[in-house]
Amino acid sequence: MSSGDGALLQMQGIVKTFPGVRALGGVDLDVRAGEVHCLLGQNGAGKSTLIKVLAGAHQPDEGEIRWDGEAVRLTDPQAAMKLGIATIYQELDLVSGLSVADNVFLGRERSRFGLSRPAAAHRATSALLERLGHPEIRPGTEVGALSAASQQMVSMARALSQDARLIVMDEPSAVLDNEEVERLFAVVRDLTADGVAVVYISHRLEEIRQVGDRITVIKDGRTVATGLPARETPTREVISLMTGRTIEYVFPQRTERAAVTAAPLLEVDHVTVPGHVDDVSFTVAPGEILGLAGLVGSGRSEVLEAVYGARRPTSGEVRVDGQKLRPGDVAAAVAAGVGLAPEERKSQALLLGDPIYRNITLSSMARFARGGFLSVRGEKAAAREQTEALDLRPVDVDREVRTLSGGNQQKVVLARWLLRECRVLLLDEPTRGVDVGARSEIYALVRALADRGVAVVVVSSEIPEVLGLADRVLVLAEGRVLADRPATALDEHQVLDLVMQGTPTHTSKGHVA
Amino acid sequence: MSTPTTQAPPATGTAPRRGTGGSFLSGSVGRNAGLVIALVILCVVGVVTAGDRFASTDNLITILRLAAVTGVVSIGMTFVIIGGGIDLSVGALVALSSVWATTLATQALADDIHWIVMVGTALLVGGLAGLVNGVVIAYGKLVAFIATLAMLVAARGLAEILANRRTQTVKNDGFLDFFTASPLGLPALVWIFALVAVVGWVLLNRTTFGRRTFAVGGNAEAARLAGIRVQRHTVALYVLSGITCGIAAVMLMARTTTGSSTHGTLLELDAIAAVVIGGTLLIGGRGTIVGTVLGVLIFTSLSNVFTLNNISSSAQAVAKGVIIVLAVLLQQRVAAGRKQRRSPASTPPTAADGAPAGASPGVPAP
Repeated sequence: MSSGDGALLQMQGIVKTFPGVRALGGVDLDVRAGEVHCLLGQNGAGKSTLIKVLAGAHQPDEGEIRWDGEAVRLTDPQAAMKLGIATIYQELDLVSGLSVADNVFLGRERSRFGLSRPAAAHRATSALLERLGHPEIRPGTEVGALSAASQQMVSMARALSQDARLIVMDEPSAVLDNEEVERLFAVVRDLTADGVAVVYISHRLEEIRQVGDRITVIKDGRTVATGLPARETPTREVISLMTGRTIEYVFPQRTERAAVTAAPLLEVDHVTVPGHVDDVSFTVAPGEILGLAGLVGSGRSEVLEAVYGARRPTSGEVRVDGQKLRPGDVAAAVAAGVGLAPEERKSQALLLGDPIYRNITLSSMARFARGGFLSVRGEKAAAREQTEALDLRPVDVDREVRTLSGGNQQKVVLARWLLRECRVLLLDEPTRGVDVGARSEIYALVRALADRGVAVVVVSSEIPEVLGLADRVLVLAEGRVLADRPATALDEHQVLDLVMQGTPTHTSKGHVA
Repeated sequence: MSTPTTQAPPATGTAPRRGTGGSFLSGSVGRNAGLVIALVILCVVGVVTAGDRFASTDNLITILRLAAVTGVVSIGMTFVIIGGGIDLSVGALVALSSVWATTLATQALADDIHWIVMVGTALLVGGLAGLVNGVVIAYGKLVAFIATLAMLVAARGLAEILANRRTQTVKNDGFLDFFTASPLGLPALVWIFALVAVVGWVLLNRTTFGRRTFAVGGNAEAARLAGIRVQRHTVALYVLSGITCGIAAVMLMARTTTGSSTHGTLLELDAIAAVVIGGTLLIGGRGTIVGTVLGVLIFTSLSNVFTLNNISSSAQAVAKGVIIVLAVLLQQRVAAGRKQRRSPASTPPTAADGAPAGASPGVPAP
């Protein structure tokens, strides 16, 4: 609202509600032609929802979008594309079996009299890639054979071929190395010189300082600051804008334990998964909650998967109660008393069309079977016991899991492992998609489990969650452990600093408590 | 917990449908009401157009007897499809099992020992071929469609080699006497179909094996991460399907008194069609034995009614194709409608943002 003139895009008071979650509670964003506008915010702040609204993939419940000063409605992705809004998602949406040129003109194939004109498409693609400074990418190459960086350039070429006037880039640097990032920035500068606006999303502050013009910070689904100068705004200010909260989560009291001298229950010993986890070691004592913090791609989830046997490490071993686990064997890990609540709850943990009770007993079926015959009555009784203990609603264990809210679905997964009486519980993003009320309940539940002697490992991209819930925190980057400290010896700023710099070198010294 | 969590809006009236007293009958028949209605309509048409020729005991037994072979294979197919796979090789496995069980050597052995040797051979051959299917699919990571297509071709070829392209006659009287008997007025084949269906129902709905089948087909990744040995289970499903092929081979040997490499031609299509019409989802995770049985009966009755009215088999084939498409379209509508009714159309905006008081220390004591 500050700058009415020259704004290419103005979004005002955008509200988007999903069942159970208010993802956007009033976001403002204005972008000028020819600028790089950085969008900052923690995970879950609503950045992804916002760019999906901008791309026409989500319809806002309230709010106004103005394009070139005129109110518009982005009813579907085609509408956004027609205006000249192109989005380059984190997971690139290319068809890997098709050639570069085919991908660039996908859906708008060059043709004459119904016959495709590959030569014309190739020429046009070459010209676009040259403009992007990547003439080495051949239009005829299959996209699947290209590196991540090159694929990104193909996406970019596609955006340019649509005469995009605004390009949204969702964490483009996440898959790139330093040199590739430099080249990306050169491309971005060329584009903006031509008057194209770029909305740039990244977690790395130093990148934003290099390439950005202005910053908008969103937090908990609202814009908290807009139009900040990208180069001059102090890091402190940016971070405190991102982290200052209106909602305080309630974390349960940490239990004072006499000493951590108890023999470790979970031992992870020099585990390496090529490309993801690089020689990671740690132990977790019974009753202890260990938090893993780090960016997406830092190897947090992969560590859990390696422990659980869902991923096979090339070296190192995992021991539970001194017993070595067979690598890459989930069933063996489950038998040894390990449980995982995976990140993608719906696709990795739940049978959505099945009733609650079947989801809860899935890992303990043998207990309700005699000679292979299941006692459904026994199953339901046991499931009901769990749902009551967890205050899971609805209480009716015959209800399909599909119909539950995110928080209650997560409780179903936890109930599965409670019923199984697991001794090591691995939680990957336990509160993703869970509303505020249920979060506190899940925190309390995890702490209660630890108090019963379960060793818990929590991965979360929300730093306050890791700090508030865990006893001890490992900070990971690029598959390595950067820091291993008691949670009380770290604060959000320090972790964010560590995570954003990505390298263990300087920051860790500056902030040792 | 001061924030209102998402509860279903009041009185959507969906819950009571699966009330606590939900016995298998009300559940399955409720879901299969459409199929029952279709079958009833078919019978009415049969009575109207063919009168006593349709409604006679003999004719009804004929229908059941014809349904039996496809039915048994369809039960095995139901398991495979619920488990997220497909088995195109069933017809060829029936042929291979029937040929192997009727070779001179097998029959000589059967004459020496007992006719049960022939039955055992058929089941063993079917089961082993299923094992190969399963191992190639689960551990070789071949797409089930391709793996079983290859088995279809290879097994029929092997059957031709074994039989030397000749039809082998079943000579063992004990075998024929047993399987052509009609205890309590119903042919043995019908009894076998009934037995396989009941065992299949129990296995699917009352055992850990059945539960795992639903889990593996519904969400293989979730099943794996819950500690289920998905690969091993997949192998078991194809072995099961192979064994039902062996049973069907025995039934065909009794009905035709031959073993032949042409037995069971296109049986896979009839079986898949029956399973799909019966409401089992081709993507896995959902399906019923009762539905499959009804699907088989509908198809067989249809052929019967058509034949009684002197409609050519070509016309019957056309009608079958149309019916398959209509049935699946109808099911999709029903499924979509049900889903819509279940998911609350819109949840009132929660106060997640507005009320900063989401922080009452109300913590449940677990």
